[in-house]
Amino acid sequence: MYGPLIVKPAKSKGDKTGSWRIKLKPKFLQKNCIGCKMCLLVCPEGCIQGKEKNTYLPNYEYCKGCGLCAVICPKADIIMVEESSEGDKK
Amino acid sequence: MESELLFKPGHTACAGCGQSLAARMVIEAAGKNTIVANNTGCLEVFSTKYPESAWNVPWIHSLFENCAAVASGIEAALIYLGKKDTTNVIAQGGDGGTADIGLQALSGMLERGHDILYVCYDNEAYMNTGVQRSGLTPFHTNTTTSPIGPKSVGNVRFKKPMPEIANAHGIPYVATASAGFPQDIQRKVKKAISIKGPKYIQIHVPCPLGWRHETELMLEIGKLAVETGLYPLIEYENGVLSAVRKITQPKPVEEYLKAQGRFKHLLGNPELIKQIQDIADNNIRKYNLKG
Repeated sequence: MYGPLIVKPAKSKGDKTGSWRIKLKPKFLQKNCIGCKMCLLVCPEGCIQGKEKNTYLPNYEYCKGCGLCAVICPKADIIMVEESSEGDKK
Repeated sequence: MESELLFKPGHTACAGCGQSLAARMVIEAAGKNTIVANNTGCLEVFSTKYPESAWNVPWIHSLFENCAAVASGIEAALIYLGKKDTTNVIAQGGDGGTADIGLQALSGMLERGHDILYVCYDNEAYMNTGVQRSGLTPFHTNTTTSPIGPKSVGNVRFKKPMPEIANAHGIPYVATASAGFPQDIQRKVKKAISIKGPKYIQIHVPCPLGWRHETELMLEIGKLAVETGLYPLIEYENGVLSAVRKITQPKPVEEYLKAQGRFKHLLGNPELIKQIQDIADNNIRKYNLKG
């Protein structure tokens, strides 16, 4: 075997792309969630997880702040808020 | 739950990338018993930044032009090993790697009848290298190799009819999908892998960087392309148009154009917008989309 070989699949988890967010980040209010899973489905990052209603949360270590989850949420239970400080970028 | 994900976070796609969403939909629908061959392109670059990989399935990068040929070899090897019945093979690439550079290998794969699903992620230009026009770039699009100027209003050629070209090979399944309708992508991929033989799916994937729109509009723009008739969602089975996504009230193309920087030069010029509207109207007639 020759050439670049990545023997451990799914190794990209080491790359904390959450530091890319420049201004806004999604805030999951977890009040009116109906568990429709649309945020989990449309996240281009695939970093939202949860099992039932009001449990869905993004992993801010990877979230790039594109805002699609806030747009798709039928109950407006996800809002985009200002990144409050550098400390939040994890 | 995270360990079951087949396309992991941490890849380096831009925020709001339609292609990363579509790629995740495709691999999740195909399941973990899948081998993926990938053309050079955005998807290859952002998902496998060496020494990292977002893929949780066996994945191989070929050259720009030959992923369909590499996938054909994988399929032949699986048949020899007696493992083809339990393993799906997916070949995938961008619009440049499919419609321009990789067309020869793709045509060969379709003609030889390999049991492979080919997925083309159509972001309508060579986004990875800096937005150069490809064969699938639409009419009047502003790209770096079809720039606007005193004597130019963007790309002078129409979009290459790739679904029809694939269908002309007489293969069992051809479909178009859109990142604006993620569940539809999953349904079509599941249907495709249940059919034996070569399959072709072309997915329209908005690109916030190259199309110059806000990241949160990605899904909306994908939907508008379908609802205006500019990107009809169609399915061919055994050469016959078997299903289309009907549009009850076609939206004017201006709604689709106005959100994107690549079409900004068309706004305020009714004659140019009319030319785009004609393409949409023609699609609606051709595929009988109104319903």
